[in-house]
Amino acid sequence: MSTETQSIGARLNHLRLLEAESIHILREAAAEFDRPVMLYSIGKDSSVMLRLAQKAFAPGPLPFPLMHVNTTFKFREMIEFRDNTAKELGFKLIEHINQEGVEQGVNPFEFGSARYTDIMKTVALKQALSKYQFDCAFGGARRDEERSRAKERIYSFRDEHHQWDPKNQRPELWNLYNARIKKGESVRAFPISNWTELDVWLYIMVEDIPIVPLYLAAERPVVEREGTLIMVDDDRLPLKPGEKPEMKKVRFRTLGCYPLTGAVESEADTVEQVVQEMLMTSFSERQGRLIDFDESASMEKKKRDGYF
Amino acid sequence: MGTSEMTVDEKKLLRDDISAYLERYRNKELLRFVAVGSVDDGKSTLIGRLLHDTGMVYEDQLEAVKRATNIEGEEIDFSLFTDGLAAEREQGITIDVAYRYFATEKRKFIIADTPGHVQYTRNMVTGASTADVALILIDARLGVLQQSRRHATIANLLGIPHLAVCVNKMDLVGYDKGVFEKIREDFQSFAADLSFQSIGFFPVSALKGVNIVEGSEKTKWYDGPSVLEYLETVPVDHEEHDDFRFPVQYVIRPNLDYRGFAGQIVGGTVKKGDAILSLPLGTSSKVASIDTFDGPLESATAPQSVVIRLEDEIDVSRGDMLVKPDARPRIDRKFGAHVVWMSERPLDPQKTYVLKHTTQQVRVQIDAVTSKIDLDALEDVPADTLELNDIGRLELSTHRALYYDSYTTNRSTGAFILIDSLTNATVGAGMIADDAQEAKDLDTQLAELRAGSGLRPRTQVSPTERDERMGQTGKTVWLVGLPGSGRWPLAYALERKLFDLGRTATVVDPTGEDLRSMVSAAKACTDADLVCICAFPSHSKADRAYLRERIGNDRVLLIYVNTDEALCRERRPDARFDGFEAPSHADLTIALDQVRMDDAVDMLLDLLQKS
Repeated sequence: MSTETQSIGARLNHLRLLEAESIHILREAAAEFDRPVMLYSIGKDSSVMLRLAQKAFAPGPLPFPLMHVNTTFKFREMIEFRDNTAKELGFKLIEHINQEGVEQGVNPFEFGSARYTDIMKTVALKQALSKYQFDCAFGGARRDEERSRAKERIYSFRDEHHQWDPKNQRPELWNLYNARIKKGESVRAFPISNWTELDVWLYIMVEDIPIVPLYLAAERPVVEREGTLIMVDDDRLPLKPGEKPEMKKVRFRTLGCYPLTGAVESEADTVEQVVQEMLMTSFSERQGRLIDFDESASMEKKKRDGYF
Repeated sequence: MGTSEMTVDEKKLLRDDISAYLERYRNKELLRFVAVGSVDDGKSTLIGRLLHDTGMVYEDQLEAVKRATNIEGEEIDFSLFTDGLAAEREQGITIDVAYRYFATEKRKFIIADTPGHVQYTRNMVTGASTADVALILIDARLGVLQQSRRHATIANLLGIPHLAVCVNKMDLVGYDKGVFEKIREDFQSFAADLSFQSIGFFPVSALKGVNIVEGSEKTKWYDGPSVLEYLETVPVDHEEHDDFRFPVQYVIRPNLDYRGFAGQIVGGTVKKGDAILSLPLGTSSKVASIDTFDGPLESATAPQSVVIRLEDEIDVSRGDMLVKPDARPRIDRKFGAHVVWMSERPLDPQKTYVLKHTTQQVRVQIDAVTSKIDLDALEDVPADTLELNDIGRLELSTHRALYYDSYTTNRSTGAFILIDSLTNATVGAGMIADDAQEAKDLDTQLAELRAGSGLRPRTQVSPTERDERMGQTGKTVWLVGLPGSGRWPLAYALERKLFDLGRTATVVDPTGEDLRSMVSAAKACTDADLVCICAFPSHSKADRAYLRERIGNDRVLLIYVNTDEALCRERRPDARFDGFEAPSHADLTIALDQVRMDDAVDMLLDLLQKS
């Protein structure tokens, strides 16, 4: 830990306070649920959550596996990063792919982003949670991400169909979380609920946490579609007539499925510069994710359906 | 986060020296505050203004809000930045606690945004539970309303140290100093009884941005800070001077040589080498090391999350608490508390609930509901139960000891939640009262706990819970009549019919028993919410008085099976007929020589339904 917490009685700065709170949540859930799992999305928030989990249980190993729901259209660099991280840190990684979706050839081009996301992400996640009987799934969602998340609990209660009912959420007071559930029900626990995007970046810097290189600007082949830059990550992206990938210096603000994730042109090739750009230009985080454009309050709808 | 309101210096630093800029940003303090008010107070507008003016609104959000602002050419509707779920936006109300974030150079802020109507007390309590500051709004035109007093009372009860009273809509009273001063005086005279460390007053217009982020020419007579300046400088309480409290969350045991107790310090400071007492066992040891992922620490302070190793191999597990021997918490099974009821289903004082306190869960029973706060008059009034949004005073007994402090001493070790063990819903939030307690030494306390004193064993299932599970309440149907009157055939016919109707009934059978045993059996069945049917001979009036009294008069239906005596004698020539006293107060009289069995059963059903 950096020096600021070593001195006796020194006030903890906001990052250390957030860290202490997140560690508390991780330990509570690990202690009170029978079969927890950490949903690992490979993104920066997951990277922070993973570091917090290491801190919560050190010097022991993580008392739960990590699970990645692979939609099969993730950026190649993400998968590479995921496998290296698992190997280096030695945690147990479960990869789940909706095989039925694969057999039906579900892809974002012919099925549309909404249906594709539903089948390969939402349905896949439910399949995996049911298959392994997990009763608690840690997620790296933050309340500042989107307006409908502002009221989300730290422990978000899901019924036996993995559905979220806004009326059936429990009040959360102090740091006393209610982990009591019936068989088949589950909880999504969000240890970094109170972090903002800036907090996450600052923590990545302070802690020197590895992140997928796609967050940093580099020359990458992209095509422009409806004002959004899409990276041509492999030959599955059907090019429209006359469309030709161009090399541009771009980075990604969020990471997901490459055909649905917009890049921004940028010169920022260090984390510091990324934060600098973020502070100086102001676009909200999900701007770069095509799946949100479909309808207003769409996040809320997806959450009801069980999308993470 | 944007840059619209950054100072020129900040902008320059951000552009020219990002490292220096970030160094500033990462060394901020954290302040949590709860904002309370109703839609009409302009609370959403005030928060929207804070977010907007500190640059926490993204351009695309700003665009969306501008589009959504109803009337063309109107000023931006700041309240739209904070409205949450689609359902609420349509209703135009806020029905839950929303958390919002913004930061300045000095501090990061977490806002718990809660609606202020009386029916939303539970939301305010939720938001207030973790807050350092309560920010309440008063409409300058309306003055100090009951609602404002209620908000301040709740904030006080929840132990929030600082109160910020924003007198809003000053633009609508011409920024009149007199209006503001009057409200300040009214409020102060009311708040004299409350125990806030500080109360600040701010003349603001959320709509016009007056005294929210910056001062204004419009209120030249006011020389205090803006709301934001206040939030940036109000002292944040720290727990380092409290007594050391460490509830154990998790035991970390990666190998045979390492055994560490993981938890978050919720009070005080601990140093390597400190003497430690482990509760509830009362065993002593010393701190061998304070470990973290980043290496060992010489000392640690609330609210750090650490792992503590002890010098001795003593038995410590989740739910236990490490403290210092010279600063022990209270250790007891009985205590008084203020409880906020959060469930649509009222408190059932006869039922046991699950209580979660620090890291342990225990069964708890309600010994008494002493009173509740009348939220209009702000007075204690007598109460038998608590309903949704009630705040009451309860006496509680837990089935295992708690190690606690009063809520005013420590907000972590003095707080608990109540959980309904059937639905698993969080139904109550409790704050342990500051009652005087006689000083006892540890050995005496532990000895008392081991002796199990102070807790009378009783059922943990309340009659209401039983009724709900069974879908019926217990009754004894006692059939009185001569031998051969047909009481037993009627009893079994009624049992079958009730069973077919989905009710749970049983006939208590007489073989080789006496009346006393029969009555005891019937009582037990009735207690268990069964419909108990019994036709055991009870010839005398005294017999019937006895059974009515034992089982409970209102739970007994006495049926006189008044079959013609001649027929009875014919059926049972060898039976005893002398000594039978006909009941004078039967609930129903049936002559089975005149009524068919099916009809008799229907008459009994009818009576059961009515009773």
